[in-house]
Amino acid sequence: MGKLKVEDLKRIKESLKGTVNLRDGQHRVKITVHMGTCGIAAGARKIMDALFTRLEESGADDIMLTTSGCAGLCNHEPMLTVEVKDTTPVKYINLNEKKVLQIFDEHVMNNNPVADYALSQGSETTY
Amino acid sequence: MVCAGTSCVLNGSLDMRDALVEEIHKNGLQDEVFVGTTGCNGFCAGGPLMIAYPDEVFYQHVTVKDVPFFVEEYLIKGRTPEKHLFEPREGEGGIPKITDIGFFSSQILVALRNRGLIDPDSIDEYIARDGYLGAAKALLEMTSDQIIEEMKASGLRGRGGAGFPTGLKWQFCAGAKGDIKYMLCNADEGDPGAFMDRSILESDPHSVLEGMIIGGKAIGSHTGYIYVRAEYPLAIERLRTAISQAKEYGLLGKDILGSGFDMEIDLYLGAGAFVCGEETALMRSIEGQRGMPRPRPPFPANKGLWDRPSVLNNVESLANIPQIIYRGSGWFSSLGTEKSKGTKVFALSGQIRNIGLIEVPMGTPLRSIIYDIGGGIPGGKKFKAVQLGGPSGGCIPEDLLDIPVDYENIVKTGAIVGSGGMVVMDETSCMVDVARFFVEFTTEESCGKCTPCREGTRQLLWILERITEGKGTIEDIERLERLSKVLQSASLCGLGQTVPNPVLSTLRYFRHEYEAHILEKRCPAAVCKALITFHIDPDICTGCTLCARKCPQNAITGEKKKPHILDQDLCIKCGLCYDNCKFGAVTKV
Repeated sequence: MGKLKVEDLKRIKESLKGTVNLRDGQHRVKITVHMGTCGIAAGARKIMDALFTRLEESGADDIMLTTSGCAGLCNHEPMLTVEVKDTTPVKYINLNEKKVLQIFDEHVMNNNPVADYALSQGSETTY
Repeated sequence: MVCAGTSCVLNGSLDMRDALVEEIHKNGLQDEVFVGTTGCNGFCAGGPLMIAYPDEVFYQHVTVKDVPFFVEEYLIKGRTPEKHLFEPREGEGGIPKITDIGFFSSQILVALRNRGLIDPDSIDEYIARDGYLGAAKALLEMTSDQIIEEMKASGLRGRGGAGFPTGLKWQFCAGAKGDIKYMLCNADEGDPGAFMDRSILESDPHSVLEGMIIGGKAIGSHTGYIYVRAEYPLAIERLRTAISQAKEYGLLGKDILGSGFDMEIDLYLGAGAFVCGEETALMRSIEGQRGMPRPRPPFPANKGLWDRPSVLNNVESLANIPQIIYRGSGWFSSLGTEKSKGTKVFALSGQIRNIGLIEVPMGTPLRSIIYDIGGGIPGGKKFKAVQLGGPSGGCIPEDLLDIPVDYENIVKTGAIVGSGGMVVMDETSCMVDVARFFVEFTTEESCGKCTPCREGTRQLLWILERITEGKGTIEDIERLERLSKVLQSASLCGLGQTVPNPVLSTLRYFRHEYEAHILEKRCPAAVCKALITFHIDPDICTGCTLCARKCPQNAITGEKKKPHILDQDLCIKCGLCYDNCKFGAVTKV
């Protein structure tokens, strides 16, 4: 892409609405693996790999798997946020490969959050 | 009946069974209670499992640690330990709302507004969250003076520790004579227990770049450097990605957004010397010289990097700037206290339940940060002090926890807000040892250029070591105080001037601990090795032989099932017996 003008910033913002905000997009589920140094040290890469493999196996094309930075609770990493369209996002803590695959099967595929591994539902307050 | 299916065994059910047998014997119940094992019960996720007869109560997640409690509650007192009762799994209703979780509900995110939300490697996602709109406004609609006025009105003060107003700093540099100026970012985060800057760079690198572009326009600089320590590889990788994306979009380089304004930003990797966080030392380091401070004035706003006018802003300060410009100073200054506006990011660590990164409005009471957000002290221990500001900061005791956190109030306590490291200590921390730790750190990190710091830190350390070894005299306290005054007034840079803070603040609030070490040759928190001894209480010791097996010195002897004896001459005070005893028979005095 060439040099941006202000209109381009607004256009990108508009076009990304579906990625940042599920309601406006074609994706049904967004999975965010929190990959700050703390998360990676606690095993976030393994979780990412496991999810990636399971996602490919499932053949689903309406699931977005993405990464983000530290979610703040470093001693409960690895953490994961799962947001299914039209429901509140759920944050999961203290994960391993086995747990995330269970979350994938139950929450991501069947919209049935796994309360045992969940910390909270909802989004953080930004000013 | 303890479940001995493969899954439960993997989860430690057999260890739990052994502990149960031991605990039952200890309580003399071996003739009344039989402990057996069963095959798999089928509810493997709840393991280790156990069924208690004749009540036929099903317990889940019973570990070795739970055994003493279980025996006392269930077998002796006849109560059902509810914590381990099997409950059918709840659905979505069982997940608490984020607003009901103390850790999240008391936070307000400004600098961390994109944390956990956007992909740090995607400039588009940053733009989708109003990214670069602040820079667009600054470059296309505002003059340099307007930007500076807006920053002054916002009340933003430097988040690196000193709290100098950012707008004023920019104004000084904008007014300085010179055709080449530098916009610098200080990402040389070095305080023990601090990881705010790293986390911001890792989760939202573009916010820092955008802050620098706005600063560049304000002071008239077209070249920026981010001084980041090499031991932050992930932050560096994400910054590099961010810079190349911004260049590709023309948000860095020539004629940004068609405004006619040029800006280049590059990284400079520091080798991790603590003193390079000091502004003049940081600039020497970028120049390729040894990282050592020089006297000020001249201040960097007039003579900084390569003797050109320069501004150095901290990562967190810069991350705040794009939104201040985009939404206006009034939006920002509506948060915080009269003299400290906005929010502050803190890195919570130490003996606290929720270790992590938090952001709260200035003026939030310390108690709320530690208990509501941090979740308090784990393990039923008592709070002792919270260390703020790293090696330049100090310790704040329990009775001052209700003070609001802002620059002025924290300074009154003898600590500083600093860059935001917050280390919580419970009753098992020795305050003399804490002071010794920080002075040891600064002694190693002193660059050696000025005598007060080079020699003074060493002398402070030797006195503190003497006290922790039980060789201190009461005059040593006075020596510490006198030497501290010399360091504060005679050192060349902020490093040396603030070295005494951890010593003085612990002397101010925990003088009795110093006196106990000196006069009674006793360490009240039982930390200082030279002053403690380990003992085995013969009335509690069951003769399980565990401590004897763990002891690396073979200092513990005794027959099975008979009280053991610890030979003080052989003991090296490693504490393994204390940590391993299941019955609390080992004490340290």
